[in-house]
Amino acid sequence: MTAADIRVAILDILHDIAPDEDLSGLKEDVPFREQLELDSMDFLDIVMELRKRYRVQIPENEYTELASMGSTVRYLEPRMKDIAK
Amino acid sequence: MAEQRDEQRIVITGVGLTAPNGNSLPEFRQALLEGRSGVTAYETRYFGPTLAGVCNFDELRYQKRKEVRRGTRAGGIGIFCSHEAINDSCLDWANIDRSRVGIYVGVTEHGNVETENEIYLLKGFDYDTQYWSHHHNPRTVANNPAGEISLNLGITGPHYTLGAACAAGNAGIIQGVQMLRLGDCDLALCGGVSESIHTFGIFASFHSQGALAKHAEPAKASRPFDIDRNGIVVAEGGCMFILERLTDARRRGAKIYGEVAGYAMNSDATDFVLPDPGRQAECIQLALRRAGMTREAISIVNTHATSTSSGDAQECEALRRVWGDNGHHTLFNNTKSFIGHAMGAAGALELAGNLPAFQDGVCHATINVDRLDPQCELPGLVINQPRQTARIDAILNNSFGMLGINSVVIVRRM
Repeated sequence: MTAADIRVAILDILHDIAPDEDLSGLKEDVPFREQLELDSMDFLDIVMELRKRYRVQIPENEYTELASMGSTVRYLEPRMKDIAK
Repeated sequence: MAEQRDEQRIVITGVGLTAPNGNSLPEFRQALLEGRSGVTAYETRYFGPTLAGVCNFDELRYQKRKEVRRGTRAGGIGIFCSHEAINDSCLDWANIDRSRVGIYVGVTEHGNVETENEIYLLKGFDYDTQYWSHHHNPRTVANNPAGEISLNLGITGPHYTLGAACAAGNAGIIQGVQMLRLGDCDLALCGGVSESIHTFGIFASFHSQGALAKHAEPAKASRPFDIDRNGIVVAEGGCMFILERLTDARRRGAKIYGEVAGYAMNSDATDFVLPDPGRQAECIQLALRRAGMTREAISIVNTHATSTSSGDAQECEALRRVWGDNGHHTLFNNTKSFIGHAMGAAGALELAGNLPAFQDGVCHATINVDRLDPQCELPGLVINQPRQTARIDAILNNSFGMLGINSVVIVRRM
């Protein structure tokens, strides 16, 4: 998956987790929490959905890498490069 | 209870509900008077086609989609009913001290739906538990439905559920009364909820027990007292009441549906599933004594009868022990014949459906009695058509459950 593919995948997960939110204006390097109503359970949902959908394992001490769209894509790109779209 | 001071007298000032045949008390009452069933064809995972009482309320009226996704069906039902009850009560909710509101929700069971769903999903991951949801615990803790109401409404007083099998709706009301009398809260949001149609286990278990209803016409399947009854129709639903002290209700000029005049709970201590008419009769008599009322003072008895062969006959036996040959014109009806068995919500919903009788004087019927079972003959049983009376003064509401739990609530006209 390319960076663009990963961004689409994350948006898809966010759409499911936060269905009331408008994601169209999501800023790349502003933390999700400053733009969306997300709490710790929602972040665990992101981790779980990545695990379920793409079998990506994220160690607990690296959850902070998922703070924003930019950091998430940068973190996941090398880990998902061999995953088919 | 018969001679309570006014600040110890507890009245009903709000009703919010969702039933398979109505999403407000006026809608529900209308359906009961018109003989309209809420039972439909239904299919559930593994078990396949069956029948159920299914609610169709607007889940997004009081919750965001995210809350619905995160929470449980029981929680969503409780939230809907609680908002509706608050609206109905005309309380100045914005200025209510929410630390003085108590939430007491009766449930027959909780957590089966959520656990079954997780196991079903886990199968897709070869039962690897790292795919088990972090939402499982908050969804399945026993206080979940009451806790979701607390979160949604910002209520910081006590909240908990009462696990009381199918006596739970009454148990929720009784707890509300007791907590108001103890001064533990100034308003009680109480009643019962059921999400049971979303677990295949309840259908499969009743089927294995030989106690699940079958009928070619869904609306005819729940038929208490009929000789051809063959079991329970499982239903979902909820009903939450606003209870407050009579003094508080009068001070704010509240509409009062009725006063909780008496109640009782006891145990059979005889069998896991079979009821005991002796203990049921004792429960009724205890509630009457506490209300300071005689059997003659009861205008309507809303029966618990679930349309099982044994249970209905046993309850009729209990009623005969209390009312004898009923020369005193007490009427008997049944709400499950319309909506099926709403489990933890049943007692609360069934009481609610009868409350308008204080205004219109009508006792709704028990429907689907084509051939009355001689074991269920009760003088005063209102069969198939509602009965107009001159006046309804008191309603006695029976709710009984597995493991021999019995509950009775008496509401008096104000």
